[in-house]
Amino acid sequence: MQTYLKKRIAIVIEQPALNRVLDALDRLAVTGYTVYPVIAGRGREGSWRADGLVSDAGRMVSVVCVCDPSKVDAVVEPIYRIVERQVGIITISDCEVIRPDHF
Amino acid sequence: MSAFDLALANLLSPMVLFFALGLGAALARSDLTVPESIAKFLALYLMMAIGFKGGAAVAKTGVDIKLLAAMAAGIALSALIPLIGFALLKATTRLSAVDAAAVAAHYGSISIVTFVAATQTLTTLGLPFEGYLIAVAAVMETPAILTALLLARRAGAGAGHEPPGALIREIGLNGSVVMLIGSFAIGVVTGERGLRAVDPFIGQLFFGMICLFLLDMGLIAGRGMREGMKALSLAAILFGLYMPLISAALAALLCLVLGLSPGGAALMITLAASASYIAVPAAMRLALPEAKPSIYLTLSLGVTFPFNLTLGIPFYVWLAGRISG
Repeated sequence: MQTYLKKRIAIVIEQPALNRVLDALDRLAVTGYTVYPVIAGRGREGSWRADGLVSDAGRMVSVVCVCDPSKVDAVVEPIYRIVERQVGIITISDCEVIRPDHF
Repeated sequence: MSAFDLALANLLSPMVLFFALGLGAALARSDLTVPESIAKFLALYLMMAIGFKGGAAVAKTGVDIKLLAAMAAGIALSALIPLIGFALLKATTRLSAVDAAAVAAHYGSISIVTFVAATQTLTTLGLPFEGYLIAVAAVMETPAILTALLLARRAGAGAGHEPPGALIREIGLNGSVVMLIGSFAIGVVTGERGLRAVDPFIGQLFFGMICLFLLDMGLIAGRGMREGMKALSLAAILFGLYMPLISAALAALLCLVLGLSPGGAALMITLAASASYIAVPAAMRLALPEAKPSIYLTLSLGVTFPFNLTLGIPFYVWLAGRISG
């Protein structure tokens, strides 16, 4: 099957900042994104779990979007400005898609 | 009733005993849990019930100058308590300015669950209270956050990029605040007739629902104590115990001029003495992300909430009786 090279941007971010990231993605040159719940983890700020929290303050969430390699800087720079003071991770990796016109 | 009798009756109430059950289970590392979606449902239910009942009470009594005076007093308390809290934290602990500001915000804002527990204590004691205090609770959420941001900025810490307008909008649209204010408005519009229609749900089931919710709060507080206490110094833990009393004393002084009933004064004092752990932590992650949640959440939820639920509320009821009786 013919596939096409694209970039996959994965953002793990604190739940309270999610709406800001999604608002930014809506304005940017991405054609779509997917939000995933995440369960637990550990990082520089210590460990966390999604269950047993009374507030959104300790929750994390993952946002994934796929875009053309030429658009990566235009997407990542504004997102980084939103999340640079927060707990989180942005990773960029290669991926292949079947329908290139969707991204 | 003496302060001791009130405290004893409160400690042996199903609410506090369910909280103790959750706390003990978490500290003993039991696998007892309340599923996340049920915990969220219970929180929504409590906001709906308390908001609706408050609104229906206002529909019955009408809006008067006392309501506006109580709201103004609530805003003033919420804005001023963080200044005292910040100064005390800086004087007695080694917390950074940003951590001290974040903790101070929690103590200026309110805990609606503590408020609900206090209303239930008053109902058990047969003490009536002004329904409009739920509107006072709603306006006390935000001013403390703004004071904390000013304190942090003045100390040159964090908050540099945060547009205050966007933050206020996000706090105002926090799900729990929307549910509380929305239910209050529906209560005002539908009044006694509306209250009768939903009574089987928000009236007769209410106490049992609070017990289940407090079981979950006990589990959360116990986990917080187990994992977060290492982040707290003795001076910070003591702050979590004496700060509610300072706030209560301030509120009691204001109650002398507000003309509230003993039940209403007890709720006003409870609001001032309670510390937020739902709306403010989420706001702090956006506005002061450098502040450590392990400090402000553990203090608010693991120290002050259990203190208020067990000993604080009966003391505030007793204090209100002394000043309003």
